[in-house]
Amino acid sequence: MKSNMADMVFEGLLRIADDNLILGHRTSEWCGHAPTLEEDLALPNIALDLIGHAQTLYCLACEINSRYKNEDQLAFLRLEHEYKNLLLVEQENGDFGNTVLRLFYFSTFMKYFWEKVKIECCYTKLKEFSEKAFLETSYHSKYASQWVVTLGDGTDESNLKMSNAIANLEPFLGELFNNDDFTEMCSQNDFLPEPTSIFDSWKNEVKGILQKGNLNFPDIILKKRGGRKGEHSEAFGYLLSDLQYMQRAYPNSSW
Amino acid sequence: MAKEHNEKIASLKEFQEKIDRDEKIEPKDIMPEAYRKTLIRQIGQHAHSEVVGMLPEGNWITRAPTLRRKLSLLAKVQDEAGHGLYLYCAAETLGKSRMEMTQELLSGKAKYSSIFNYPTPTWADIGAIGWLVDGAAIMNQIPLCRCSYGPYARAMIRICKEESFHQRQGYEIMLTLAKGTKAQKEMAQRALNRWWWPSVMMFGPSDADSPNTENSVKWKIKRYTNDELRQKFVDAIVPQAEKIGLTVPDKDLKWDKKRNNGQGGYAYGEINWDEFWRVVRGDGPMNNERISAKQKAWNEGSWVRAAAHAHALKKQVALQAAE
Repeated sequence: MKSNMADMVFEGLLRIADDNLILGHRTSEWCGHAPTLEEDLALPNIALDLIGHAQTLYCLACEINSRYKNEDQLAFLRLEHEYKNLLLVEQENGDFGNTVLRLFYFSTFMKYFWEKVKIECCYTKLKEFSEKAFLETSYHSKYASQWVVTLGDGTDESNLKMSNAIANLEPFLGELFNNDDFTEMCSQNDFLPEPTSIFDSWKNEVKGILQKGNLNFPDIILKKRGGRKGEHSEAFGYLLSDLQYMQRAYPNSSW
Repeated sequence: MAKEHNEKIASLKEFQEKIDRDEKIEPKDIMPEAYRKTLIRQIGQHAHSEVVGMLPEGNWITRAPTLRRKLSLLAKVQDEAGHGLYLYCAAETLGKSRMEMTQELLSGKAKYSSIFNYPTPTWADIGAIGWLVDGAAIMNQIPLCRCSYGPYARAMIRICKEESFHQRQGYEIMLTLAKGTKAQKEMAQRALNRWWWPSVMMFGPSDADSPNTENSVKWKIKRYTNDELRQKFVDAIVPQAEKIGLTVPDKDLKWDKKRNNGQGGYAYGEINWDEFWRVVRGDGPMNNERISAKQKAWNEGSWVRAAAHAHALKKQVALQAAE
């Protein structure tokens, strides 16, 4: 791979891997604290998939960039500004409604993303991985959509909580669909789809589900952004202090 | 009345004969009330233990040191939620609902394994729990795969397979720490020091003080006594600790050739039963924290469960209207 192509693939893999790691981390925080035992089973299961996706993608990234010797170095030992995840995924969980709504937004996006990677991606290893990732994110999207409808439609209280969750997450949705020079380059090289190319399918599906739950589709305007450039929210530092604790406190150890 | 009474006695005789022939008792079979109660209590406690057990280990998911360890721990804790679900289902076949059992857990009326009232301050505690706590659980649970009550025995077969995987995982964590840096080895030893005695206590009071054992043995719910299982556990774990260079924190531990009917086994020191009963009665290091965490999750989730119920009713009404 030529060096500028390698840089592009590395950065592209990192963005997706970081999104999955950080959302997986947040989702795993629910373990043992969910509203039902079934959800105590489902949420760690989804976290397992998300962190598993991150692990595979970090491994691919390490093959490309010899600066990083293994996936753990990427996951645990970068500085805050070196993480390229969306601001959406690093926000604190909030209540269960906020958690499933964010999961629904993100996994529906990723479902269409992987679907395109399956067809268009020139990087064979990612294309192969996208088959599995597509199936798993489709399941996450379905799981979360059922909760969005249930909670939207359930009681006045739950409808209000879901409306609040929609308002709470709205400022972070623009970044999900923000094209930049990098995403354009990825698309021109048939590596990754442009985020805007997923917007219509995403909007149709999300709108339909929100309608079923008597909820209003939010405005998608670019408001809060920065994650892709490594500019994160306050909450992210606390997340990293948990995530990185062992690797920082006991450097150069095998686990 | 006399006829009914005689029929009842005959069917209870049939019940015991069935057990003696090693046949399974199934949910609709006639069974003595005490058998039903014993099983509901035991399976319920077991289910609660799985659910509460998610907390001390879940405590380390976000801080696990590598992605591989994080994924294994997530999978393990998820297995425990699954075990909780099977076990509640098995208990429900005896006529008590999961909701009732959950309420009893949250109110403090129902017990769960006291071991989960101990804290997990370091990563090594995750290894120690897998190795020792799951190891002790397996000693208890393998005989339960042959328990006389069909649904419990069948649930235990799957649970035991997963538990033995967890135990190997835990031991492997300890092995890695023990051959790691000085700080890692010390972390492992401190965790073994913390978990050894509570694990030895997991088998419950000595046979002389265990009121439930006699009936449970007759009904083939229990096939070994607490002290027999404890001995098996100590005999299995001591060589494993030696193999990885860790020291079991018991100065009285020594090989005793008279144990196990002359085949030899480890003699171990006096168990601190005061501590055992103190933790059982609610005064362990983490009793309040564990139950408070479960109560908080339950209370904060009440709007979710109410919404799910309301949504299901609406769907049902819409379905009926369409028909």
